[in-house]
Order: sequence, then structure tokens, then C-alpha cells
Amino acid sequence: MLHIVACIKQVPDTKVIKMNPKTNTMDRSSAPAILNPYDAHAVEEAVRLKQRYGGSVSVLTMGPPPAVKAIRKCVEIGADEGYMISDRAFAGADTLATSYALTKALQKIEKIQPIDLIICGKMTIDGDTGQVGPGIARRLDIPPLTNVKKVVEVNKEKGYALIHRKLEDGYEVVQSSLPCLFSVEKEINEVPYAPLPNMLKAARYQPIIWSVDDLDDVDRTQLGLKGSPTIVAKVWPPEKPKGGEMLEGSPAEQVDRLMEVLLAKKELFRVKEVR
Amino acid sequence: MNLEEYRGVWVFLEHKEGSIVPVSLELLGAGRALADKRGVPLAGLLIGDQVRPLAQTAIQYGADIVYVYDDPIFHDYRTESYMKAVIACCEKHKPEIFLYGATSTGKDLASAVATDLATGLTADTTMLDVDVDTGLLQASRPAFGGNIMATILCKKHRPQMATVRPKVMKALDPDQSRSGEIVEEHATMREEDLRTKVLKIVREAKNTIRIDEADVIVAGGKGLGSKEGFQLIHRFAETIGASVGASRDAVEAGWIDHPHQVGQTGVTVTPKIYFAIGISGAIQHLVGMQNAGLIIAINKDPHAAIFQHCHYGIVGDAFEIVPMLMEAFPKAVLGEVQYGGKV
Ligand SMILES: Cc1cc2nc3c(=O)[nH]c(=O)nc-3n(C[C@H](O)[C@H](O)[C@@H](O)COP(=O)(O)OP(=O)(O)OC[C@H]3O[C@@H](n4cnc5c(N)ncnc54)[C@H](O)[C@@H]3O)c2cc1C
Ligand SMILES: Cc1cc2nc3c(=O)[nH]c(=O)nc-3n(C[C@H](O)[C@H](O)[C@H](O)COP(=O)(O)OP(=O)(O)OC[C@H]3O[C@@H](n4cnc5c(N)ncnc54)[C@H](O)[C@@H]3O)c2cc1C
Repeated sequence: MLHIVACIKQVPDTKVIKMNPKTNTMDRSSAPAILNPYDAHAVEEAVRLKQRYGGSVSVLTMGPPPAVKAIRKCVEIGADEGYMISDRAFAGADTLATSYALTKALQKIEKIQPIDLIICGKMTIDGDTGQVGPGIARRLDIPPLTNVKKVVEVNKEKGYALIHRKLEDGYEVVQSSLPCLFSVEKEINEVPYAPLPNMLKAARYQPIIWSVDDLDDVDRTQLGLKGSPTIVAKVWPPEKPKGGEMLEGSPAEQVDRLMEVLLAKKELFRVKEVR
Repeated sequence: MNLEEYRGVWVFLEHKEGSIVPVSLELLGAGRALADKRGVPLAGLLIGDQVRPLAQTAIQYGADIVYVYDDPIFHDYRTESYMKAVIACCEKHKPEIFLYGATSTGKDLASAVATDLATGLTADTTMLDVDVDTGLLQASRPAFGGNIMATILCKKHRPQMATVRPKVMKALDPDQSRSGEIVEEHATMREEDLRTKVLKIVREAKNTIRIDEADVIVAGGKGLGSKEGFQLIHRFAETIGASVGASRDAVEAGWIDHPHQVGQTGVTVTPKIYFAIGISGAIQHLVGMQNAGLIIAINKDPHAAIFQHCHYGIVGDAFEIVPMLMEAFPKAVLGEVQYGGKV
């Protein structure tokens, strides 16, 4: 029986986010909060492994109270239990402080039910650093396996996992001892529509919520803004090149004008003679 | 932590099949500029099995010093073994700035190292500068899916670490006459202590398409309408000797494979010429191609965002404009007479 914990984050949907052109700030209220898409794949993979080997899936998030919604989404996917750590003390955390807080929570979960495997998403769509997963693994001193695109086997009796790790030009087959941490690629699985019983369960699900006082042996100087070596000093909208020259005239005239531009760079083309 | 003890700029030298990967050479170029500004040495850190000869290459590309761990235990990249070597070397020589390529290896390694060294790590940096006096690294990066840029500082911890996107920094031209110091370092770990093993490496031909190295890219989007429609992009690319790129929506529609995807969750490209055809210009696409030398957009919607981000725009139907270009090119480039017929 495996106990798998998936770490998940609620994020603003960056696809619909709007920038306030006057203040150059992000209008967070414009963006609906969603479960980080990569984390949906992490939970889905955990659920598939549960179905294959037996066991249970917990999810863990650090976030403000509305993040309960993201946990419910994971229950829809098939998670059994949800844990949330929520406290002002965690606010402003960079990846180092985030991995510290999540590790403290994982150690507490471990006491309730020993953990065999932790699964994170490849990255989030807001901070998109991809640094939290490996950070947790280091703090727990378990092997981090990033870019996992396929889980071949998880063998609790023999104490190992066998995975495919994506490389720029292929993949590698890696064996690791258990427990370990995966951060998973999107292509690892497809998240299907939630079955109705899960949706019903999710609608009334209440996660276990801990504040910083509920965690054991916490060094508060390592939390939140205080525990974050990086600071965001400045944000600005990405530079927009001023709109280019719009070519005018009939299509033939436009093509002629473009050809003039392109022929100045003739050496870049390896034009095939077309017959 | 005594910040004064930390000195010098370092670059992690990633290598594959006997060569240093391009992003590490680019970082040597960027690191050289930072080191010169600060008046400190630039070092490369080289870890692997039989990699010693590459130290010389790093020196030609700008390094003053190369620390080398050459040991069979480093035959395959494994976080555990590489991380231990990097940490030991940092603790011994104390760099103030440490740069890694934002590749799967670089990101994996840097995240683990930063946790153990309890220092800050800026992800996916696209701009680097340093304050001459304080030595504070200003690392800027896109976040929120490319919707904003942020400058990240790490004031009280060293080394200041960053992963840097491939293709945004410039490598120096190699100088055969440069000389530098090669320092041998030694691993103290044993195979029995490592908990991971690479059993096999599979190189997939499909994934070897390197659009990030192309000079000219013809990229197509959802506007091509269908897999058959997307063939227009392939034909045009073939006619002018370009590589094929695509938006995510074209990839998700199954018209072309993921290695061709340009953008935030695809490849970052910096060709000299980029054709965006039937691509609307979503921010996640723009972040992957906005540094192209010359951007040409063809789109039938005059209000498409891509027109705000291109050098030349044609409002028109791809199926009308592109065939005209395909006809004009050979004529113009090869000369009138050699052109034989319509495509
Ligand atoms: C503009 C901006 C830029 C930033 N740049 C940096 C930077 O360069 N370096 C840096 O250290 N920090 C940076 N941060 C802070 C950082 O993004 C987050 O605040 C940090 O909490 C999580 O990092 P991430 O979102 O990048 O997660 P990632 O590391 O991308 O997430 C990977 C996985 O970790 C898990 N995970 C992440 N966060 C949580 C959570 N809260 N609860 C549960 N699981 C989680 C999920 O499984 C997720 O898929 C930046 C923040 C902003 C606003
Ligand atoms: C987390 C995240 C990551 C993402 N990563 C990426 C990424 O890496 N890369 C990426 O590209 N996208 C990415 N996206 C998706 C992105 O937001 C857009 O959905 C996508 O880029 C749109 O693709 P498109 O321009 O091909 O399609 P559309 O937006 O549908 O645009 C099609 C365009 O074609 C034009 N058109 C239609 N017919 C014709 C014709 N006959 N001739 C000429 N023009 C025509 C239309 O006017 C329209 O402008 C990401 C999204 C998210 C949320």
C-alpha cells in the first residue's frame, strides 16, 4: 500500500490575466484562481499509481484560505485527503522558504501516515521556477527526480522506483530508491473529466488546515519573506516592440514590398529551385 | 555569512557527447562581462567522466580558471553526485555569482544546490547585470507566464545563483591564444552511497529537431485551419530552406509535434528571421520568439496582437499570400529563368 503525497498550488490563470496599463501592475482580480495545470497531472499520476498498487493519495498546499478550492479540485481527480498550511507567517516566501514550510508539513503528515512518494508538478504557471520540488527533496534528503514523463514501476517491497526522465533530445531510464520525489511533465498523463462520485465528495470536502503553530520544530526565521534570500525588487511589463510597418496595397504589392526586405538578407535563405 | 569572503563569477559547464553545450558558452560570455565589471576572475566548473579536454575550450570562450572533476562516478548526470561536487567546490572556493543554463540538467542541479547552500536562486533569467561596488547581481526574468518581467536580488546570501535561458546571452568568439588555469578537484563520494542509477539513455530522433539553432523559422498557428492546411508551412519552409515552428494550439491540434512549439512551454528561439503565419500573438507565444532579428507576421485579422510585435505585417489570407511568396522567392533569388512553375 502506497501513501503518495502530491504538492499542489493554486495560481491565477495567466492566460486571462490583465495588466493595468496605468500602474503597470497585475490586476489579480481579473484572473480566476485555478489549480496549477501541472499539478493536476501530479495528482492524476498519484491516483493512477494508487489504482495500480493500492494505497492512498494526499495532497498538500501552502496558500491563503481560498486555496481550499484547489484541494477540492484534487479530490475530484481522486485524492483521498487534503492538507493545507495557511498562515501570514508563510507570506512572501520564495522557493527556498516555500520548500522549507512544505517540508515541515510533510514531516507532520509523515507522522500520521508514512510517505512513500512525493509528486510535484514540473512548475507553476505564476512563479514558474520549477525549484520547489527539488528543494523539498533536498530538505527531506530523498532523491529528486525531475522531468519525469513516465513511471514504469514503483516497488515498495523492494524499495525502488523506475521512471523515464525527459531530456532535451530523448529520455533516460532512472532507478531510484524509495522514498523519492518526482516532478512530472505534462505529457505523463491526461487528466480525464472527474467521475460524478468524486465531484460529489469534493463539493463537501473539508481539508485539514494547519497554521504555523501546528507544525513541529519550526524555525520561523526560515519562513515567508524573512526566510527568503531572493526579493522581487522590481516588476514591469515586458517590452513591446512598437507595432511594425503594416504593408499596404494589393496582396501582390504587399508581397513585392516584403520581397524587397527579404532580399536584403538573401544569404540566409537556401532556396530550392521549384519545378 | 561574511559576504566579503565570496569572490568571482562561476559558470556551470554542461556538456553533451563530448562538447560543452551552447548555453554554457553563452554564459561564459555573459559571465566574462560581469567579472570584468567587478574586476574578478571568471571560472568554469566542469564535472564529468573524461571531460578534461573541455577545460581548454572554456578558457578559449572566456574562463580564467576551470575547476575540473573528472571521475567515472560522474559518467551520467545524477543530481546527487553532481550536487555534492558543486557544493564542495563552492564551499572551498566561494564564488560570489554562479550561473547555470536553464536546461533540464542546469535547473535540476541549481535547485538542489541552492537548497543546501541556503541561498537564493533566480529562475529562467533573461537579463543580467551587476552593481560594480556592491557586487549585487540584478537578475531579471519573465514570470506569470511571460505577462511580467521581474528583477530579482539576493542581498544577504552568497553565491548569488541564477539559471539563464539558452539563446539570450551571447558567446564570445573563441580565442585560441587565451590562457587560463586548470584546477583538478577530487570527488569523495562512493557509488554505494548514491541512491539513483541511470540505467539507459534513449536519444529520440524525433526530439532532435533543433529549431533553437535555426536562422530562419517559418511558424504556423491555428489559423492554418487543419493538418492539411498546415502543410503550407512545411512547403514554404522547404522552399526557402527554413525550419518549421508552431504555436501551441497547432501542436495541441495534432498538426505538428511538440519539439516544434515556440513559446513559454516550448522552445525559445532567436532566428534572424521569423515568419508568424496564422498566429494570433498570445503572450506565451511571444516570449518564445520576440528576440528574433526580423519578425514578419501574416494574419487575416488586422487587430491580431502579433502585429504589435512584428517588424513587417501583412493583413491577408495565408493561403493567398504564402503561395505568392513561394513563387516570388525562387524567381528573385535564383533568377528569373530558373523558375519553372507554380507550386
Ligand atoms: C514575479 C515573481 C518572480 C519570482 N521569481 C522567483 C525566483 O526567481 N526565485 C525564487 O526562488 N522565487 C521566485 N519567486 C517566488 C516563487 O515563485 C513562489 O513564491 C514560490 O512560493 C513557489 O515557487 P513557484 O511558484 O515558482 O513554484 P515551482 O517551483 O514552479 O513549483 C513546482 C511545484 O512545486 C509545488 N509547489 C509550489 N508551490 C507550492 C505551494 N505553495 N504549495 C504546495 N506545492 C507547491 C507544486 O507541485 C508545483 O508544481 C517569484 C515570485 C514572483 C511573484
Ligand atoms: C501556461 C500556458 C503556456 C502556454 N505556452 C504556449 C507556448 O509555449 N506557445 C504557444 O504558442 N502558446 C502557448 N500557450 C497558448 C497561448 O495562450 C495561445 O492559446 C496560443 O499561442 C494560440 O495559438 P495560435 O496563435 O496558433 O491560435 P489562435 O489564437 O487561434 O490564432 C489563430 C490566428 O490565425 C488567424 N487566421 C485565421 N485564419 C487565417 C488565415 N487563413 N490566414 C491568416 N491568418 C489566419 C486568426 O486571425 C488568429 O489571429 C500557452 C498557454 C498557457 C496557459
